[in-house]
Amino acid sequence: MIVSTQKPLDQILPALEGGNRVFIIGCAKCATVCKAGGEEEVFRMQEELTAAGKEVTGTIIIDETCHMLRTGRDLRSRKEQVDEADFLLVLSCGAGIQSVAEASDKKVVAGSDSKFLGNIRRFGQFEQRCSLCGDCRLNETGGICPVTVCPKGMLNGPCGGMEDGNCEVDSSNRCAWVTIYERLEGQGRVENLRRATPSRDFSHKRHPHNLSLKKE
Amino acid sequence: MPTMLSRKMGDNHFIITAELAPPRGSDMSGFMQMAAFVAPHVDAINVTDNQGANMRMSPLAAAALLVREGIEPIMQLTCRDRNRLALQSDLLGAAAMGIHNILALTGDHITCGDHRQGRAVFDLDSVVLIQTIQGLNDGVDINGKALDGRTTFFTGAAAAPEVEPFVVTRPKLAKKAVAGARFFQTQAVFDPERLRMFCAAVEPLGVKVIAGILVLKSAKMAEYINRNIPGLKIPPAIVERLANSAAPAAEGLRIATELAVACRDICQGVHLMAMGRDEVVPEIAAVLT
Repeated sequence: MIVSTQKPLDQILPALEGGNRVFIIGCAKCATVCKAGGEEEVFRMQEELTAAGKEVTGTIIIDETCHMLRTGRDLRSRKEQVDEADFLLVLSCGAGIQSVAEASDKKVVAGSDSKFLGNIRRFGQFEQRCSLCGDCRLNETGGICPVTVCPKGMLNGPCGGMEDGNCEVDSSNRCAWVTIYERLEGQGRVENLRRATPSRDFSHKRHPHNLSLKKE
Repeated sequence: MPTMLSRKMGDNHFIITAELAPPRGSDMSGFMQMAAFVAPHVDAINVTDNQGANMRMSPLAAAALLVREGIEPIMQLTCRDRNRLALQSDLLGAAAMGIHNILALTGDHITCGDHRQGRAVFDLDSVVLIQTIQGLNDGVDINGKALDGRTTFFTGAAAAPEVEPFVVTRPKLAKKAVAGARFFQTQAVFDPERLRMFCAAVEPLGVKVIAGILVLKSAKMAEYINRNIPGLKIPPAIVERLANSAAPAAEGLRIATELAVACRDICQGVHLMAMGRDEVVPEIAAVLT
């Protein structure tokens, strides 16, 4: 899922200057799970904006905002409330915010910051394991991604900053290469580490990406 | 043409290197003065590359100025601030300026230094950087395209003899050797026995070991380093020795000299990290020679 966090109100309010009426949009998928833009957060935002002197013309939770056609259709179903608003405040990831921007000519205000593609440890705890690098190396690294788990994305072993098996950037984290070594050792595959790994092909990260599945 | 450093290593001469950081500013007078003072006592001077991710003058410029003065530099080059184009073009520039010793490093993470909001590059890592330098020596760039004039770099790499768990770092050291590293300049060592074990472990790689020797000034400095410098851990016994001394700066020099002398029987040289007290370099060098 895409982990996002809500911007603080003192960053949202300046973006709403020059108009008083706001329509609030949340997302029923990722933003609900990470509590950045689910029903609860949209309701709280409505309260806070009202307290700040804004008029909320309506709210909607779209399932899911990154779905462009569905977002357009759902906004049309609330045409009157949307038309009344000066701003559409979106509490979802950047993909959802842009679905809304494409579906309406109204001024769109981003109420969240998209952080990372996250695994869910348990309720309310998210961890980044994959950076969507486009060139998966997990077959060689025992299913642990050094591109993501190592802050330097080291592909050939630990850097000189590893101390007692921990990372130089955050000593509360194990060095990715220590966990990779332990995993491969346990599987009798340490020889995987003998061959130098070439540098990444960053052309996989050229954006914007598009993918169209061809019909057979 | 082989560098003096490579020739001396080939002749099994016991190597002494020191390191200098380029200035944070354009005034080179202090740097050049210190270099001239230290140079007669050492075989080469490492020029650091934005060390600790703190912004300084480019090591390429500073090392080129040393060459102009007849001082042999080892230019440190990290992967943190340059992508593969910039690394190669700086290397070609270095070759043209007469800089032929390179210490190829990954580099401390940008969040360790004074430009934390900057973008860390890490397009290549140290292993691939060493391969790339070997390629330039063979007359091709990283994509195999022929160069108009090959380079003659003598390449070194970093190693950490006292790091735990050492076994995890071992495969990478081997990769560095296979890639073309001819010497290791190590992270600071404090225990000659650990260094002896390290040298035995890397002996099959055929890479010369130049042991890092840190000249400490006080227990406070040791504690600061333990807190702030990645990959450096000064053992409690050393910190205690400094804390219990009436003249800690002299005690720090004594510790460093003892270690350097012990290295003579263990490895092929020492790399003196004087931490700003470069005036002690001739003193240690005098004991060694």
